[in-house]
Amino acid sequence: MGGLSAEVALGLYRKMVLARLFEEKAAELYTLGHISGFCHLYIGQEAVVVAVVHNLLAQDSVVTSYRDHAHMLTLGVSPNAVMSELCGKAIGCSKGKGGSMHMYSREHNFFGGNGIVGAQVPIGTGLAFAHKYKKDGGISATFFGDGAANQGQVYEAFNMAALWKLPVLFVLENNHYAMGTAAIRSVSGKTLKTRGDPFGIPTICVDGMDLLDVLSKSRDAIERVRTSSEPVILHVDTYRYRGHSMSDPATYRTRAEVENVKKTRDPIVRFKNNLVNEKLADIEMLDKIEEEVADIVEDAAKFAIDAPFPDDRELETDVVL
Amino acid sequence: MSNTTVRAALRDAMAEEMRLNKDVFLIGEEVAYYNGAYKVSQGLLADFGEERVIDTPITEMGFAGIGVGSAMMGLRPIVEFMTFNFAMQAIDHIINSAAKTLYMSGGQINCPIVFRGPNSVPRKVAAQHSQCFASWYAHCPGLKVVAPYTAAEAKGLLKSAIRDDNPVVFLEHEMLYGKSFDIPDGINELLPLDRAIVMREGCDVTITAFSISVDYALEAAKILQDECGISAEVINLISLRPLDVDAVVASVRKTNRILNVEEGWMSCGIGSEIISLVVENAFDYLDCEPRRIATADVPMPYSGKLEQLALPNAHKIAEMAKQMCGRG
Repeated sequence: MGGLSAEVALGLYRKMVLARLFEEKAAELYTLGHISGFCHLYIGQEAVVVAVVHNLLAQDSVVTSYRDHAHMLTLGVSPNAVMSELCGKAIGCSKGKGGSMHMYSREHNFFGGNGIVGAQVPIGTGLAFAHKYKKDGGISATFFGDGAANQGQVYEAFNMAALWKLPVLFVLENNHYAMGTAAIRSVSGKTLKTRGDPFGIPTICVDGMDLLDVLSKSRDAIERVRTSSEPVILHVDTYRYRGHSMSDPATYRTRAEVENVKKTRDPIVRFKNNLVNEKLADIEMLDKIEEEVADIVEDAAKFAIDAPFPDDRELETDVVL
Repeated sequence: MSNTTVRAALRDAMAEEMRLNKDVFLIGEEVAYYNGAYKVSQGLLADFGEERVIDTPITEMGFAGIGVGSAMMGLRPIVEFMTFNFAMQAIDHIINSAAKTLYMSGGQINCPIVFRGPNSVPRKVAAQHSQCFASWYAHCPGLKVVAPYTAAEAKGLLKSAIRDDNPVVFLEHEMLYGKSFDIPDGINELLPLDRAIVMREGCDVTITAFSISVDYALEAAKILQDECGISAEVINLISLRPLDVDAVVASVRKTNRILNVEEGWMSCGIGSEIISLVVENAFDYLDCEPRRIATADVPMPYSGKLEQLALPNAHKIAEMAKQMCGRG
């Protein structure tokens, strides 16, 4: 268990369960019409953000794509604020002006949430630039997917990150589908693991469905970024269970493929088994955590549904006119 | 009174602000060792070192995004585009990343960044290097957009832009870099980013213009006065977002005629917006239809002869103003 104490391990388990149950509830609220527009779920990929964030320090910064709910929750933003934002409510984390794709927390150094595929990579590199400029000891964890990995600006950022020795961990979450296009249909050379090579950026490969693997290897990667002030790519092999967004029935892959991943690689089931096998927890304790989290999520949904919509006066605030 | 070029005024503004605030830095192509593609950053590397005057690879989208990310963390980057033509490569970060984030984050994350460089038509460099982007940026909420004409404006506006907590698009003009202006001593050097200036008072026709077009408008005003005694009021718009409606409307109420001049294309241009505002706010004061002079509706030709034909100039402005005043 990589030297994890029972308390820490259960905390990580709780965070993965929170991300999972929260988004299952969000899907439910979407179906009921409380949430609209684009809503991209992270279900299946929870181990990635939970493990990487566990290894970060308070001064570090994080940025990701539009698939951002789990990042918010894992960094410690309240489920009520995130669910309220999804429902477009005044008390949402962006006052109902951002929605699913545009969530931020200045308090937690989380800089979005970005609806433009790949745009977060130069921005995350800019966060790293600022850490180095200010000499604050922080690093930037910049998450992006296999789809973004084909955007030109990602390589502009790689080039400058390597050239200027910027402290940035590029977390390449390869869930194998860029919306409906399989990586094998969009990636020349059939792998993303060598994309850092021309820039001399080392790549560390992890199994994103195994919390312990992401934990130990991201710890090493983050340590390397922090001490050397040089970029590192964490190539994460992961899988999303749901469609690209709520409107995607995901007919581009077989049901059997999805079911097989759920049955054999699910990160929460896998970690649950780890905990029980290593006697860090018993089933009752884990069930109890799930029940507590389910209550928190249920409360968040009720809270968000009942919360008021933004006042009309909010239309023209938070922007220079 | 001192005499200085727009180029030196811009450099002085950056140097002064960098001295005052260590979070201010300059980033872009050729800004450091080359001293700026147009020598605007002359000497800054020597004064502030490589950590604060940063040469980038040729990678507009990348360095614009890096600038935005650093601004979100509280730094105050000045992002120089070698020309705004190349900023089209980076416009996603200017609009989607810089301009919208304060709103999208419910006021949590602001982006104090200046995007600056030469805009519009520098002469005989053909279509891809000759375009005015004023109306593109003026269209977008979340941005402030300014275009200085004089050296004092260049300095005072750039200093204000660097201190502003919002993204500012700062449109310079290559043809003005070498132009000298007197700067009065002892005036407050910081200029507001949202105010137009009356460059010449008049009572027969209002001519609105920005950047180098102010030059043409002032020359036209002199022709109009000398040749037919028409008194033209010339307004230097300076701010394109927000437009100083009050200044324009006050002038039209006096002159009853409005003519806008710009080097951008006419369609959906700054002139379109000026005329809409005048019609909305001073319709009853108009004695003739509002008019526009803009660059011909074609990609800019290379040949100097055709380029001259495409661009606004003092003569075209004067002729139009004479017609408007019934002297054509």
